[in-house]
Amino acid sequence: MNKQQNLQQVISQIPSGASIMVSGFGSPGTPFTLIDELLNQGQKNLTLIKNDANESSVGIGKLIENGQVAKLITTHIGLNKTAIEMMNQNAIEVEFYPQGILAEKIRIAGSGCFGFLTDIGLDTEITDESQLIDWQGKKLKIESALNADYALIHANQSDMYGNLIYSATAINFSPLMAMAADNVIVETPDIVAAGRLKPESIHTPSVFVTSVVKLDILSTDYEIMERHFER
Amino acid sequence: MNANKILKRASEEIKDGQVINLGIGLPTMLIEHLSEELDVFIHSENGILGSWKKASREQANPSLIDAGGAYVTNRIGSSFFDSAVSFAIIRRGKLDLSVLGAFEVDEQGNLANWKIPGRFSPGIGGAMELAQKTNNVVVLCSHNDKHGNPKILKNCKLPITASHCVTRIITDKAVMDVTNEGLVLREISEETTLEKLLSLTEANLIIPESIGYF
Repeated sequence: MNKQQNLQQVISQIPSGASIMVSGFGSPGTPFTLIDELLNQGQKNLTLIKNDANESSVGIGKLIENGQVAKLITTHIGLNKTAIEMMNQNAIEVEFYPQGILAEKIRIAGSGCFGFLTDIGLDTEITDESQLIDWQGKKLKIESALNADYALIHANQSDMYGNLIYSATAINFSPLMAMAADNVIVETPDIVAAGRLKPESIHTPSVFVTSVVKLDILSTDYEIMERHFER
Repeated sequence: MNANKILKRASEEIKDGQVINLGIGLPTMLIEHLSEELDVFIHSENGILGSWKKASREQANPSLIDAGGAYVTNRIGSSFFDSAVSFAIIRRGKLDLSVLGAFEVDEQGNLANWKIPGRFSPGIGGAMELAQKTNNVVVLCSHNDKHGNPKILKNCKLPITASHCVTRIITDKAVMDVTNEGLVLREISEETTLEKLLSLTEANLIIPESIGYF
C-alpha cells in the first residue's frame, strides 16, 4: 500500500489525449512540479479541467503556451492574458461554467452519480432549451457529472498510503478532483511517517489516491509573489 | 470615478451579524474601509469564511489568498473549505449580502457584469451564483462609463449575469433602490444636482419627496 512513486515515471503513464483535472485556485493548490514534468515530457492534445488558467507562463499557463492543451474546461481565466488571446484566436477551445457548477459537476462525478438539477444561469445565455426539464413544477437545468482520466493534485501533507491534508485556500478543488478522476497523482513537500496523521483530520482518504510524489524542493511558483507588495 | 466616495458610502451597508461576499475589484476594496470592531464574516469563493484585510509582506501565507488573488489575513472564528462547500454556502442562501461590480444595471434589477461580447470574456467565475442566490445584492459602480454613457439603464444591453437580482445601486452620483414600482432615488451626491443626475441616467428614476445627501 506504499504509493510513493518517482516523478518522471508517474507522469510518463499519462498519454497524449488524456483528460486531466488540475487542482488549485490561483497558485494555492496548483501542482506546479507535476505540471512542469508534463511540460518536459510534452504530452499533447490534452483536455485540462481547472478553476482558472493560472497566469501567463505560470502553472498550466506553460502547457497552454506550449501547445499541449486542446481544450480547457474552467470558470474564469482573467488573470492569464495569453490564454485569453489564444482563446480569441481559436488556438485553444475553452468551455466556461459558473464556479460552483463546475465544482458540483466534479463532486457529483466523484460521488458515483451522473448529474444534477440546478436553476443557476437559467435566465442567461449559458442555458439553452435542450438542457431544461420540468421537475416537480419547476423549470430546471440538467448538468452532467464531469469525470477525468487523471487528477494532478498538490497536498500539504501525505502519508505513504496517500491520506491527504491540504492547507488553507489550497483546498479548493483538490478533494473533489481526487474523487472524480480514475488516476490521482499527488505531489507533496511532506510525506509523514505512517500513523502521524490524525485519522479525523484527513481531507482525502487514501482510497482515492493512486500515486504520491515527494517534492524535494517546493517550486518557486509557491513563493510569495513580491509584486503584490510593491507600491 | 470617485472610488473612495463610493466605498465610503458602501461601508454604511455593512452591519454587525452579516455574512458577506465582496466581488472582485471595487467591492473587495471595501474591506479596507471596515472597522475592526465590526462583527461580520467575509466569504471568499475560493474557500474562506472569515477573510479579512490584506496581509503585509510579513503576514502573507502563500496558501492564503482571496478570490481576487491577493494575500489576505483571516479573522478569529474563520473556516476553510473546498469549492463545493463554498458554493453550497452561496446557493443555499447563507449570505446576507453580496456587494458586486457592474457594467450595466437596469430598472428591473437585472445585472450585467461578466461579459462584453468581442471585448471581455474571461469567464463566469462566481458571479452568477452570487447574483442569483444572495437575497441582498448591492451593486457598486461608476454612474457612467469612461465615455460618459449611462450604466444605469432601462434595460441591460449586455448579456446578463442574473435577472431581478439587484436590491440597491451605489454610484459616485446616487444611491438607488430597485422596487416593484421601479428604481427609486434615495440619496444624491452633494457634488451634483438632480437635473445633472437625471441627464446622466437612462433609467427612469422615481423621486420621492425626501432625498438624502452623501
